[in-house]
Amino acid sequence: MAVLRDEMHTKEAARGSRSPAGGGAQALPPAGAPPRARSRWPKRAELLLLIGPALVVFVAFVILPVALAAYYGFFSWSGYGPATDFVGLRNYITILTDPAFLEALSHNAFIVVMSLVLQGPLALGIALLLNRRLRFQSLIRVLIFVPYVISEVVVGLGWSLMLQSNGALNGLLEKVGLGGLATDWLSDPSAAIWTLLVIITWKYVGFAVILFLAGLQGIPDEITEAARIDGASYWQVQRYIVLPLMGPTVRIWAFLSIIGSLQLFDLVWIVWGQYVAGTAGTSTMATYMVANGRSSGSYGYGNAVAVVIFLISLVVALLYQRFILRRDSAVTTTGGAH
Amino acid sequence: MAIAAPVASRPRRSRRVSEQTRRSSLISYFVALVLIGLMLAPVAYIILGGFRSNSEITVDPSGFPQAWAWSNFGSVLASSSFWTQVLNSTITAVCTTAFVVALGLMAAYGLSRYAFRGRGIVYGLFTAGLMFPLTVAITPLYVLVRDLGLMNSLAGVIVPQIAFALPLTIIVLVPFLAAIPNELQEAAAIDGLGRLGFFFRMVLRLSLPGVITVGILAFIGSWNAYLLPLFILNGEASFTLPLGTQAFASQYAVDTAKVLAFTSLSMIPALIFFSLFERRIVGGLTGAVKG
Repeated sequence: MAVLRDEMHTKEAARGSRSPAGGGAQALPPAGAPPRARSRWPKRAELLLLIGPALVVFVAFVILPVALAAYYGFFSWSGYGPATDFVGLRNYITILTDPAFLEALSHNAFIVVMSLVLQGPLALGIALLLNRRLRFQSLIRVLIFVPYVISEVVVGLGWSLMLQSNGALNGLLEKVGLGGLATDWLSDPSAAIWTLLVIITWKYVGFAVILFLAGLQGIPDEITEAARIDGASYWQVQRYIVLPLMGPTVRIWAFLSIIGSLQLFDLVWIVWGQYVAGTAGTSTMATYMVANGRSSGSYGYGNAVAVVIFLISLVVALLYQRFILRRDSAVTTTGGAH
Repeated sequence: MAIAAPVASRPRRSRRVSEQTRRSSLISYFVALVLIGLMLAPVAYIILGGFRSNSEITVDPSGFPQAWAWSNFGSVLASSSFWTQVLNSTITAVCTTAFVVALGLMAAYGLSRYAFRGRGIVYGLFTAGLMFPLTVAITPLYVLVRDLGLMNSLAGVIVPQIAFALPLTIIVLVPFLAAIPNELQEAAAIDGLGRLGFFFRMVLRLSLPGVITVGILAFIGSWNAYLLPLFILNGEASFTLPLGTQAFASQYAVDTAKVLAFTSLSMIPALIFFSLFERRIVGGLTGAVKG
């Protein structure tokens, strides 16, 4: 999840270690430094020992599967034995002309936009609040982060029971005399996607708050103190000093949120399941991938969908970096949040 | 660029407590209370529901427990499948965390304190890993794990989880390790410690805040993982808690109270774990964020 200005650190670190650390290390060998060729091998062996295991695991289980997806995507393949039925671009043509996929894509797009609109301001507000000195601060934080910490399965099961047409929410609405508002929150196609957005916001706003809190604590107190002394009110300080300084953190969060929204799977799959998501209008590209890939035994097709999701995410990521993150040249790009 | 101490010390504000600030802090507490209410209501629904009976839930879905029934929790705690899943989840999370931290720390050490050709490329490869989320890789990953004969085994979940947690771990740890002063390393070298000795004797301790942060993230991520276990584990005996919770919910679909009890119990470990280390997470990230 959170990697803010690490690229900056890393670049500095790299630069730093290239001169002092690297140089220092090379200057260090005890008196009568051994000839170069001999001194190199222990270092290479050390490096191999240090980086090798991580690199092997990473390449074998992250890079290789993605490369395999690109390969299998060109086959009609049931998942067993070697893939022999080469179909060229047929899988891709099917995907891009399948109304169900295009619908899922439009849901993803909607979720991307609405997650930014709903979670951003809300999380900023919460982070500003939690950054004030409050009594029980630690307790308040833990309680607000609870939804972010509990698993998607718990969240999905809890909300789906609560939102059933005879569930707690409708019961509560009737009790307070708003029974007219009651609806089938999960399967009514006009309500379901909003229900999903509420659940997503509830679940993931804590992630944004954690990032923003970390960003807020990185703003030197001297700056806000100085503004205070110059007579700025609390709100003026937040508006004209803190918010602009939060720009890079917000842009990184937005990036993570977009990538997460494009990959959304767990909550939809748990609450709506394979079949209902389509009719309720909450399917995503990832649920489409699993439903039409693994669940129907078409591994070639599933891999092709994975490649499409990856390419869409990649294009969005590159555009975002090109046009928005460019301003924070020292910012790295990471994924993995919703 | 030194990594700042986790919790920044703040200069003391002036003592004067005006009427205005008191009112604004009252508003702050009020807003915080409303927020907590909103965030906890669904969780409270799950936990309270576990204390109710099914007929109560049917008649009044949003009510409080009439007679607090512990039997739902009791029957879940008495079932061996619940404890099997707790054990499976624990093994998976502990192994994932241990290996991620060990491999990540080693790689980060190599990347941050050795000058070698190709370092930029290796580091770039790891950072690019963050662009390859599990969702994209899951289908071929499933085939790969199956061909390795790891289907339905916890190892089949643990190893890919390690791989997918490595990029973040390395990216968080590299600045921590790079920030260790060279003078320290030189002093250690004068005292006869080689680079590897330095790693084991000094680096482990000095990078502890970063290690704890990535460790917690890896643990909670593994504890809550759904997609990968869903693909890899298909036998009840190897289920982790999220899968078990879902299976329980569909098996006892009519017994809502019991499902809610099971669900409440399954979220306790992650909650305890997080509340113990909440400070460390925000603090550790602050360290990573601070310029």
